[in-house]
Amino acid sequence: MSGGAERRLPGHYLKSKEMYSLPGLVEYRPVARYLFSAGQAQSRFLDGLKEGKILGKRCPRCGRVYVPPRSYCEYCMAPTSEWVELPGTGEVHTAVVSYISTFRERMEKPEIVAVIKLDAPGYTKGGYEFAGLFHKLCNVEPEDVISGRAIGMRVKPRWRPPEERKGDVNDIECFEPVES
Amino acid sequence: MRPNIHVKNKVAVVGAGLTLFRRRMLETPRELAWEAASMALESAGLTLKDIDCIVIGTAPDAFDGVHLNGEYLADGAGGVNKPTVRVYVGGGTGVFVPIAAWWHVASGLCRTVLAVAEEKMSPAHPHPQGVFAYIWDPVLERPLGPNLIWIFALEMRRYMHKCGAKKEDIALVSVKNKANALDHPAAQAAAKITVEDVLNSEVLVWPVNRLDISPVSDGAAALVLASENEARRITDSPVWVEGVGFTLDNTHWYNRELGYPRYVQYAARMAYKMAGIERPWREIDVAEPYDPFDYKELHHIEGLMLARPCEAPKLLKEGHFNRDGDLPTSPSGGLLGVGNPIAAAGVMKVAELFWQLRYEAGARQVKKPVHRGVAQAWGDLMQAGTVIVLGN
Ligand SMILES: [Zn+2]
Repeated sequence: MSGGAERRLPGHYLKSKEMYSLPGLVEYRPVARYLFSAGQAQSRFLDGLKEGKILGKRCPRCGRVYVPPRSYCEYCMAPTSEWVELPGTGEVHTAVVSYISTFRERMEKPEIVAVIKLDAPGYTKGGYEFAGLFHKLCNVEPEDVISGRAIGMRVKPRWRPPEERKGDVNDIECFEPVES
Repeated sequence: MRPNIHVKNKVAVVGAGLTLFRRRMLETPRELAWEAASMALESAGLTLKDIDCIVIGTAPDAFDGVHLNGEYLADGAGGVNKPTVRVYVGGGTGVFVPIAAWWHVASGLCRTVLAVAEEKMSPAHPHPQGVFAYIWDPVLERPLGPNLIWIFALEMRRYMHKCGAKKEDIALVSVKNKANALDHPAAQAAAKITVEDVLNSEVLVWPVNRLDISPVSDGAAALVLASENEARRITDSPVWVEGVGFTLDNTHWYNRELGYPRYVQYAARMAYKMAGIERPWREIDVAEPYDPFDYKELHHIEGLMLARPCEAPKLLKEGHFNRDGDLPTSPSGGLLGVGNPIAAAGVMKVAELFWQLRYEAGARQVKKPVHRGVAQAWGDLMQAGTVIVLGN
């Protein structure tokens, strides 16, 4: 037996067109609707966004600051009893330029998407783990991402006007450079 | 072998089988599972009645479009009225399948295990990208309208920044793996391409171009694992499972350094400790790191400690990871070249080590003598590491 890998392998490839003319082809679109609760910690976090504040939770045992907040410390399994308000500023950990939508359609205007490492005064574990958010950047050009200028850039949240806030992550319109 | 763990039975891989990997296949998921499983049995010279237990692996049900996908596949995988279990850690599932099969045998619970992985991504049409929308956190992530490629691009950009790696350095992985796949009979995306071809392909989310990514695939792969006594009866050249490791980080991928996969390193340490390996960069002869994206192979080579952090791009350029290099990586052609039917792709990597360590890989056989190999898969939201060390 020569390892099996050298022989003609089983399976029949279909071209895209062949797929659509297969006997017995069934098309099915699942209908599934959900209502997700944000939970204990995130509900308060979302209320904070409505007030223009970024709230985190601190673990009383190890001092980790969690943003997004968790009800418990993942390492100590202790309740994170203390709420802290972060200044909101931070630095860009990484950023990219997206030319496609969720469903892979080409977008007319590219979006800049980033991971923001938030300033969390008093949080000393700051090496591998950090308090942070996933969000969009504005006033940053694709060229800044490509050249690397955007990485490590100091940024702050651009809040929507209070009357437009709904208590969701889009109450922050985007993060933008501190000097702009 | 200096195992640092007490087990009832030493475990060997004694057979392997694969279907073609293709964008779209006629066969149902259970037919694909049956094809790969039968071939694995045949290659070991066994029949289903010689098998005690079954381990099945398949990634999210949403791809095949059948819930209870493990149960659905069970008959094709030989699992009817046998102890049968399905394991799942996203993209890490493929390597987790032989890991789970290992503990079935090592514990003494089963003498022989048929381990089968299958994925059919083509039912989600016109493209399975939309199915990935459901892996995101519903409250904090979905409102931003994310695309799966964002997260890879973010990780790749961070790796480039941290390591000073350029897109052309990383594209070399795609060039190498697609060329290696020219010799693989299952291959879907084998090609002779250049770095320029990668850089000139469609930009999806900068820095990720289309040719930085493995294709969407249907396919199945299977292995037979056996206890030492059984293995010696079955074959003169068993390939031993010397170490296994697996770890899971949290789903909060934007709360950690994306330039280095800590969860892969932890899994690798666990596997190396079991195998008595202290200097993996010298003691491993051939590697199959997980490469759904080209930068991921470099990221994982570093997580597996086969290179120092940020050293992989330089070694790659020097030919270190070529088939005739000092430490060949993805000699199969990897996911970039052979294809990426998620769980089946991980098992394909372990099957490649099996063939390499038996000197049965034909045109793909690496040049250097081989004693030990490592295969690894990654999965979920930048959080799962699964690692297996095999030796001959
Ligand atoms: Zn703690």
